[in-house]
Amino acid sequence: MKAARMLTMGIALCGAALCSAADVAPAQKQQVAIQNFAFEPKTLTVPVGTRVVWTNRDEEPHVVTSAGAQFVSSKALDGGDSYGVTFSKAGTYTYYCSIHPMMVGTIIVK
Amino acid sequence: MMQDHDNRFDDGEAGGRRQFLKCMAWAGAGTLWMMKSGVLRAHPLGDAPVVKGSTFSFVQISDSHIGFHKAPNPDVIGTLRRSLAMINAQEVRPAFLLHTGDLTHLSKPEEFDTLNGLMQEARVGQRFYVPGEHDVIGDNGAEFFRRFGEKQHTGGWYSFDQDGVHFVGLINVLNLKAGGLGSLGADQLAWLKSDLAGLSAETPVVVFAHMPLWPLYPQWGWGTDDSGEALSYLRRFGSVTVLNGHIHQIQQKVEGSITFYTARSTAYPQPAPGDGPGPGPLQSVTAQALHRYLGIRDVRHVQTGGGLAVTDEVLA
Repeated sequence: MKAARMLTMGIALCGAALCSAADVAPAQKQQVAIQNFAFEPKTLTVPVGTRVVWTNRDEEPHVVTSAGAQFVSSKALDGGDSYGVTFSKAGTYTYYCSIHPMMVGTIIVK
Repeated sequence: MMQDHDNRFDDGEAGGRRQFLKCMAWAGAGTLWMMKSGVLRAHPLGDAPVVKGSTFSFVQISDSHIGFHKAPNPDVIGTLRRSLAMINAQEVRPAFLLHTGDLTHLSKPEEFDTLNGLMQEARVGQRFYVPGEHDVIGDNGAEFFRRFGEKQHTGGWYSFDQDGVHFVGLINVLNLKAGGLGSLGADQLAWLKSDLAGLSAETPVVVFAHMPLWPLYPQWGWGTDDSGEALSYLRRFGSVTVLNGHIHQIQQKVEGSITFYTARSTAYPQPAPGDGPGPGPLQSVTAQALHRYLGIRDVRHVQTGGGLAVTDEVLA
């Protein structure tokens, strides 16, 4: 059920011109919550081409910052704001909150 | 619930003082701290002995978070204004006002402009600022430094002297590393070492920075990775006072001749260390009780003892 819903969302995203025509497999979308000064899940493993969307559930602002600038960092996310990154290459992407650096998370793209 | 909020002390004589301060928190009054040779004595504001021989005083405010608009404080401009009015009500005009960071909530230019305008309402000789992590989002503090920087050094840190007391403003909210705490960095530490090198050990030193310069509660990021190195330069001095913000509550600790204080916010309180799942606005505080958690800090320098008297006042 959940997988089917994500597939639907992936197709919808492609429809919104976020996928190039060359992409065969529909993009998937995965969520990371920012809650209580932590990324949840802390480690997320996704297939290549997945769009990861972080949503700030805290009242405090947070920033999704790539360690080593492997992907574009977010602007300040106020409570309720979201930020998405599509991971098109396999690898391990460590990220943190630049204003609360003890908040660390990892995206593993396979 | 409330009485445990801002009273946790780590020094040896804390028992009676803790009890006393619990009462103070309930009453919404402030506390006068007198420090002489690294020893602190607390007096309730109403009964406080007049600090004779004061050569000057200054006020610390912190964590105004202009732009924050949710529970428990939808009016952070109003509460900052009340703090500034308390400063203006002081019998003796403070020499200067220190703002120890988080002027804004989201580093937006309009938030900085609002804060800047409000601060002009304070009748003080001068205003000094250091940035909090909320003031450097997205631009490494460019908007902050353009308005509030002292421009002594490219890194933004600075020092000045007032009536024989040496003041040092440090920046520990930039170049933060994944998994780390606040950071001073090698360049700033080298500067600090040379800045202090020419001073005699009798010179009272006041160091201020946004994040605590001691490991107050690292699990919540309340500390600075390389503060130990900075403190090693300060231990030879007979009187060192460290003033921080960031945690929106009063915490203090004495370590030899170094006394550490964190200040209240003018905007909203945060939970006591480890109380709950994480830091952030203490939303359970009602509008009626909010003023008890907010406030200003008044510091008077007493020439004779070389010490400082630190007073915290709530927005009663």
